[in-house]
Amino acid sequence: MSFDAAYQSKTFNSVGTRPLRPDGVDKVTGRARYGADFNMPGQLVARVLRSPHAHARIRGIDTSKAEAVKGVKAIVTAADLPDLTNGNADLFAILDNCMARDKAMYDGHAVAAVAAIDEKAAKQALKLIEVDYEVLPHVVDVDAAMQTDAPVLNETVFTTGIEPAPTSPSNVTNRAEFGHGDVDAGFAKADVIVERSYKTEQTHQGYIEPHACVANCNTDGTADLWVCTQGHFVYRQNCADLLGLEVSKLRVTSSEIGGGFGGKTHVWAEPVALALSRKAGRPVKLIMSREEVFRASGPTSATSIDVKIGARKDGRITAASATLRYSSGPYPGMWAELGAMTSFACYDLDNVQTVGFEVLVNRPKVAAYRAPSAPMAAFAVESAVDELAHTLGIDAVDLRVKNAAKEGTKSSYGPVYGPIGIGPTLQAAKSHPHMSAPLGKNQGRGMACGFWFNFGGQTCTDLNINADGTVTLAVGTVDVGGSRASLSLIAAEELGIAYDDVKAVVADTATLGYNDMTDGSRGTFSSSMATISAARNAIKVMCKRAALTWDIPLEDVYWEDGHAHAAGTKHGNRAPLSVKELAAEAGNTGGPIAGHSELVADGAGVSFATHICDIEVDPETGSSRVVRYTVIQDAGKAVHPSYVEGQYQGGAAQGIGWALNEEYVYGADGRLQNPGFLDYRIPVCSDLPMIDTQILEIPNPNHPYGVRGVGETSIVPPLAAIANAVSNAVGVRMSHIPISPPRILAALDGNG
Amino acid sequence: MVDVTLWAGLRPLADDQKTLRIEATTIRELLRKLEAQYPALAGPIRNQIAVVVDGVIYRDDWSATIPEGAEVFLMRRLAGG
Repeated sequence: MSFDAAYQSKTFNSVGTRPLRPDGVDKVTGRARYGADFNMPGQLVARVLRSPHAHARIRGIDTSKAEAVKGVKAIVTAADLPDLTNGNADLFAILDNCMARDKAMYDGHAVAAVAAIDEKAAKQALKLIEVDYEVLPHVVDVDAAMQTDAPVLNETVFTTGIEPAPTSPSNVTNRAEFGHGDVDAGFAKADVIVERSYKTEQTHQGYIEPHACVANCNTDGTADLWVCTQGHFVYRQNCADLLGLEVSKLRVTSSEIGGGFGGKTHVWAEPVALALSRKAGRPVKLIMSREEVFRASGPTSATSIDVKIGARKDGRITAASATLRYSSGPYPGMWAELGAMTSFACYDLDNVQTVGFEVLVNRPKVAAYRAPSAPMAAFAVESAVDELAHTLGIDAVDLRVKNAAKEGTKSSYGPVYGPIGIGPTLQAAKSHPHMSAPLGKNQGRGMACGFWFNFGGQTCTDLNINADGTVTLAVGTVDVGGSRASLSLIAAEELGIAYDDVKAVVADTATLGYNDMTDGSRGTFSSSMATISAARNAIKVMCKRAALTWDIPLEDVYWEDGHAHAAGTKHGNRAPLSVKELAAEAGNTGGPIAGHSELVADGAGVSFATHICDIEVDPETGSSRVVRYTVIQDAGKAVHPSYVEGQYQGGAAQGIGWALNEEYVYGADGRLQNPGFLDYRIPVCSDLPMIDTQILEIPNPNHPYGVRGVGETSIVPPLAAIANAVSNAVGVRMSHIPISPPRILAALDGNG
Repeated sequence: MVDVTLWAGLRPLADDQKTLRIEATTIRELLRKLEAQYPALAGPIRNQIAVVVDGVIYRDDWSATIPEGAEVFLMRRLAGG
């Protein structure tokens, strides 16, 4: 990488301020265009037929009656999406998830789709598609799926990661182990050992905007896709691979996005919409209903986790171990592996072992959800650490401080840490007024720590200086949380111009080089690095233009405070040239002024957070209410502090919902019982207090401004913080998420 | 020379070794030599890998330098939300 990304301490003018976001007015006035807000002439309406069975062999599909419905223009099944994945198992899983092939693997699995001139005709046609199912035994529970008598979802799956290799198939796709030292010897040195099993139920990312797209395949082999996504370049690649299109002939434009949180990181319905358009010869709009979103997209894993921690009387942990079982839906994943890697990452341990098992179940294909897999692992481990603190009679924060990872600690997942921020978040928690505020009747306080990796990735950015000196910044990372504002601040900072003079847009796939998607907390981290690089390249051009204008050598020109300056007095004390002045003369000094950047933004740095939570429990009904919540997290440098706070608050809010209410409920028939927001209850504003935030700024050494990703870590501690708070309020250890009123009442009755 | 630790899933592809000693000054050189020595690693190196050098995770920047004596881990490429 030619760009020097090393941190350079500086005083900021724009970065760190809180201007309004450029997309704000459109969003609050309803003018912003989301996935469903785009239309094309002659557009058809698509609807998807989904399996009512949790597990069934598809013996045949007869579409003849449906095709005869007036207004139906195309019907597709798996036969219209042939397997072009060339042995790529991950891509095949995406293909099979888009449209079931030999078997329907879960309630809601797509089996056919219709494009018609209106919704009425499409729905009528769906009813006339005849699918011949052979219903098979199913399993939806992660522990039940691991039993030897469980129905096997995929006869070709043999557990990897164990020796000797198994000779019979099972639902366990992989075993992954991490750790170091000797845990048996460590436990032998312990004065106290806590040991407990935990469960978390499956949740959905709960994005407010359902998946939606408009696809248009032309007769010349070109195609367009307008879509709500976290990564339009990745969607372009997915769709091109699955449909056999040339990448350059598929142009993907990302709409505004009403939430994704990991659930919009690979395709779901988009290849189906393209296949329908290709067959019908007309544009096709496909919108998933909320019920479809729940039944057939996104959820996180359900988990079952055993934790054991031993410590001396002084609080020093001597050994820790965990066995983590994560469901992945009907296709292999790496979710338990991520849980095993992150579970003890907050701690400095001499002896630690974690083992993760990936488990197939007849539920929707699991997708990433904000720091995927870490919240469940943190729930189990941080609950055990809290129990250990109680057992030892040591303050919960002090116990964590005593055992916290630091620079030079060998992490539980292997590498030795460089400079890390868990210590400062714990110290901030220790001194925060929240920790010492009095509690009311039936209230309990809990705290917990969380860890996430963060990453960067491939990034491409264009910065154009317009004739009037304003700047257009074209980025390729979808703006999910205010990044256009943050990136405009970065460009303004680097060029020395006003924030209002920068307009950031998310460019489509035909007008900018490839960008990885907005995931891994990378959007602002990566695109800010590329924006700084592009701005510096534009400054180089402007210095050349100033040299031409002044007719002096380039080496006598330097850039400072948004102006080109002639060095020294030998050039007659020339007045500096501003961006506007240089832009106005651009046509006569070489043409348009622009800066481009393509880079790989690695070095994101791992991230830590500490959360504090007060809960009030009604012992009569088991209902609970969050009365106070504080998030403390390192941002490296908060480019736009309001949107950093928004990320902290959003992660906490989602974690609160996960901890207290959200849960996929399946019937004995393997069908999802609550695919809607009335029965699957996410927190609304009236459920939550103002979530307080404290931003720490410990510069990331691998970013010019010290920026770290902030989007994901804030969802890691809440499950544990809330569980600890409720446990402290009711005096019973809560070990099953969500901690819903019935579970609290059962715990109070001694049946928890 | 650097000692490279493989994640458990890679070890069967490298004669069941947990740690390999390789002469390399960049990630690209390291991966090229690993692949030459253990051709079965080619697939994971193409699709699944992240390299940790002294605690910093590199998913894509194979030009990153590896200091003499650095701690190097091969990890699975992470998913994010």
